[in-house]
Amino acid sequence: MISGLIFDISRTHLLTRRRQSIIAALGVTFGIGTFITLMSFMTGLNQLLDGLILNRTPHVRIHQELKKSETQPIERLLQMPGTAAIRNIQPKDEPKKIPNARAMIQALERRSDVRGIAPQVQVQLLYLAGSNTINGVANGIEVDSEMRLFQFGDYVVEGDPLKLKRTRNSIILGAELAKSLSAQIGDNIQVSTADGEIFQLKTVGIFQSGLADIDKVQSYVDVQTAQTLLGVNSDYFTDLNLKLFDLEKAPLLADYIQRQFDVSTTDLQTANAQFETGTNIRNLITYAVSFTLLLVAGFGIYNILNMLIYEKMNDIAILKATGFTGQDVSRIFITQALIIGVIGGLLGLGVGAGLSLLIDMAPFETDALPTIKTFPVNHDPLYYLGGIVFSIIATFLAGYLPARKARYIDPVEIIRGQ
Amino acid sequence: MSAQSNIVLRTEDIQKFFYHPVEFHVLKDITLEIKNGEFVSIMGKSGSGKSTLLYVLSTMDTRYEGKLYLNNRLVTGMSHNELARIRNQEIGFVFQFHYLLPEFSVLKNVMIPALKLGRKTRHEIEKDARRKLDILAIAQLADKKASQVSGGEKQRVAIARALINEPSIVMGDEPTGNLDSKNSDNVFRIMRELASEKGLSMLMVTHDEDFAARTDRTIYLEDGRIIDHNRQTGKDKK
Repeated sequence: MISGLIFDISRTHLLTRRRQSIIAALGVTFGIGTFITLMSFMTGLNQLLDGLILNRTPHVRIHQELKKSETQPIERLLQMPGTAAIRNIQPKDEPKKIPNARAMIQALERRSDVRGIAPQVQVQLLYLAGSNTINGVANGIEVDSEMRLFQFGDYVVEGDPLKLKRTRNSIILGAELAKSLSAQIGDNIQVSTADGEIFQLKTVGIFQSGLADIDKVQSYVDVQTAQTLLGVNSDYFTDLNLKLFDLEKAPLLADYIQRQFDVSTTDLQTANAQFETGTNIRNLITYAVSFTLLLVAGFGIYNILNMLIYEKMNDIAILKATGFTGQDVSRIFITQALIIGVIGGLLGLGVGAGLSLLIDMAPFETDALPTIKTFPVNHDPLYYLGGIVFSIIATFLAGYLPARKARYIDPVEIIRGQ
Repeated sequence: MSAQSNIVLRTEDIQKFFYHPVEFHVLKDITLEIKNGEFVSIMGKSGSGKSTLLYVLSTMDTRYEGKLYLNNRLVTGMSHNELARIRNQEIGFVFQFHYLLPEFSVLKNVMIPALKLGRKTRHEIEKDARRKLDILAIAQLADKKASQVSGGEKQRVAIARALINEPSIVMGDEPTGNLDSKNSDNVFRIMRELASEKGLSMLMVTHDEDFAARTDRTIYLEDGRIIDHNRQTGKDKK
């Protein structure tokens, strides 16, 4: 009964001050709407950028690093380490091959936390363009696993990636590289290996990674072609790229593999530490801006309620004289703040959803991201929940101080002051 | 005991001080009684403390010394919430500046204290409120906004509101002070009737000698002290 009466009085106050109430509610609407839009857009962007890295980067990369021998022959002879001082030790001429790669692949594929392994053979070579040569790298890949684990297909903008497997001695060229070689699909190009052997390869596709420096030098060939180029047998792999089900486990697994198989490993977290920092900072900025907007909206409400209370001194006095307690009176003003908050907040959800959808539909095409056609937006309902909760909390706080003031107004002073 | 139960409002030795701007003894040794159905006026020069006394008696002002009894219950020292309940239920107020809630209808203004009390259904309260408006001959104003009725009408609405919870006493601070003589007469007549016919106690602060002369009894204040509990104003008049 009494709460109904308080709501009734609050509603009447708001309705008779329609313009002020609307402005206060719009302040909240604007704050919440922008909060949701910003959050959806920024996290969408973050996910896209994270995705770029996560899609293309192996969670754990196994490779063989050039390293100097642990013990030098002279030390073995003296049998006393440290007695011989040798400076500038060069690494041994070891192949960059991963030892026992086949066995390692089989062992790792049996693990339940490994989603898949894509082996690679990296070949340093020279692309021959007339009398010019371009330094570059060809990646020997297993097209199936690359497509399954690293969305290789997304980056092949022309041609069919699967032809790499089907056509002998075929190659997929980086977009810039293809331009330099003026090679189009179906054209043959010539490459020279480090040993000076010249091969002819058929262009079956063009890929675009988004990074011009890579597109200028890199190409993809089938793993067998790469092994042929190097003149090695079929268990020669330079990289094993692992994808896990849970990327958080990458550092642990990388560590394990390193100890178990005596190879070098790099996990995603180590390779991309700076990336996470970027994500965190972007999130921080988003939160700071949203919070500021809500704060401004909160001050708007505070201001309007404060003014309302000065205007309503007589009403407050009369309510108190006729038996309303201080609590009742403060509840009237808090209710008003909450009504403004809920209505403004709900409208804000609508505005946020509308703006997010608009951004989602806005075209966004860039060479760097061949698969993206519109701006990325993350329509997470959590932001809508957060928005409405925040609007209620903010308006409650904005209403609290004026309501507290109203609560302690002495009716005698008002009535006698006339 | 029977004499006691006959008394609506009683004070014992009330003192009140103002501390700003300087210490000032406003009310001195106030001891008084109001009986059931009695129509009492409080008079005194401006600054004599008559309004201050009324607000102490109304329970709104709690900063005083001494004791205040309402229906033989000590109300001095009660919590603010208890006092609010007492004002809601047992005391009706009429002020000089007819204090209505301007955004609400006349009917709603009358209903609000009863809705706050919450003892009856909304439907019953509305019926009661219409009846009170009828008694005060302003039933036709029920659905008008409070800000749209005239001064004399507003004061009658205020009286209707004061009566809605069937209080034991109605208090007023210059209830006719702001009205022309015709409206003032009208309002007085209504109060007079309520006192004599319904046995309602009335306590009105006034500086209008004519008004005071027509009440049952006038308490006369001078410099914060009661100098006469039953002043016959009419006879003193020169």
